[in-house]
Amino acid sequence: MKAASGITSRAHPLWLAYILHRLSGLALALFLPLHLWVLALAMTDPERLDGFLNLTEAGAVKLAEFGLVFLLAVHMFGGLRLMAMEWLPWSTSQKTLAASAAAISFLISLLFFLKAI
Amino acid sequence: MTNDVLKVTIERSADVPDVFEVPAFESQTVLDVVSWIQQNADPTLSYRFACRVGMCGSCAMMVNGVPRWTCRTHINKVLDGNEITIGPLRNLPVIKDLAVDMDPFFDKWVSAEGVHHGTLTRVDPIAPVDEDSAARVEANAGIECINCSVCYAACDTVTGNPEYLGPAALQRAWTLLNDAKDEGRVAILDAVSGSGGCHNCHSMGSCTAYCPNDLDPMSAIAGLKRETAKSFFKRGR
Repeated sequence: MKAASGITSRAHPLWLAYILHRLSGLALALFLPLHLWVLALAMTDPERLDGFLNLTEAGAVKLAEFGLVFLLAVHMFGGLRLMAMEWLPWSTSQKTLAASAAAISFLISLLFFLKAI
Repeated sequence: MTNDVLKVTIERSADVPDVFEVPAFESQTVLDVVSWIQQNADPTLSYRFACRVGMCGSCAMMVNGVPRWTCRTHINKVLDGNEITIGPLRNLPVIKDLAVDMDPFFDKWVSAEGVHHGTLTRVDPIAPVDEDSAARVEANAGIECINCSVCYAACDTVTGNPEYLGPAALQRAWTLLNDAKDEGRVAILDAVSGSGGCHNCHSMGSCTAYCPNDLDPMSAIAGLKRETAKSFFKRGR
């Protein structure tokens, strides 16, 4: 009951925008070392890199790329939203801003997805 | 309403919930329900209220997990079927049952320099206030705070950092910073830029979402972030 009572008061757009920003940031931070390691294979083990590049043809990997672009877009727009909110003296319509940031990032990631398949 | 009996769960201290059956009346507030229990079912139930019209800020409680002013919250708006769970405010020490110790909340109000910093005496003429100035508009936006601690209970940053001054105290600091009659600018900026200050805020917005008076502490805190940053780059503090 204690846990549940904490959760209900978080069910509003700005809190969800907050947690989405944190989680996308964490996920990107975990992805980046892997990403750089794969890129580094170009110097150390080109054949293995080619193996990785062939993987990108697989449907599951394309789906993962969609997720990655989504995370990047959500984190970028979420960050812009935060900076706008804290550095520009805006007082209203922040919820609308948060929602449209998520919508635009979703749109962009969807475009990448459609291009990929 | 179809049900004539409400099933009311009171989260009493030490995680012991008590369930009461309360007759449903028309136009009943959450506070009415709590009062009915105390007057008719369990006289040992402790809770706090005073004005019953949303002015004094004493009766805030967690209602179905959301902090609310119970005297102005109609039971029909928050009932889940015919059930409701009422608990003490979050983020404050519970004294007994539904009564919390508000001391940390008020102490932080003072720590944030939420006090008048005057330089004039009673023999000086009254300082003119330009009602249309941008600063006055900012100040006016926050002066209807009733110190109910709903924002403080809603804030996850307060939960995570006991040092954090919280939305109400910081909004008060922002109001005074914009008040032409207050001369405490440096003291306020110092107070709100410390380890428990405005830069802890993650802009989750729960304060603004649940403020019963529709105030916007989150934007007030954003204002403090801007002013403290400006002060830092201009004066190095």
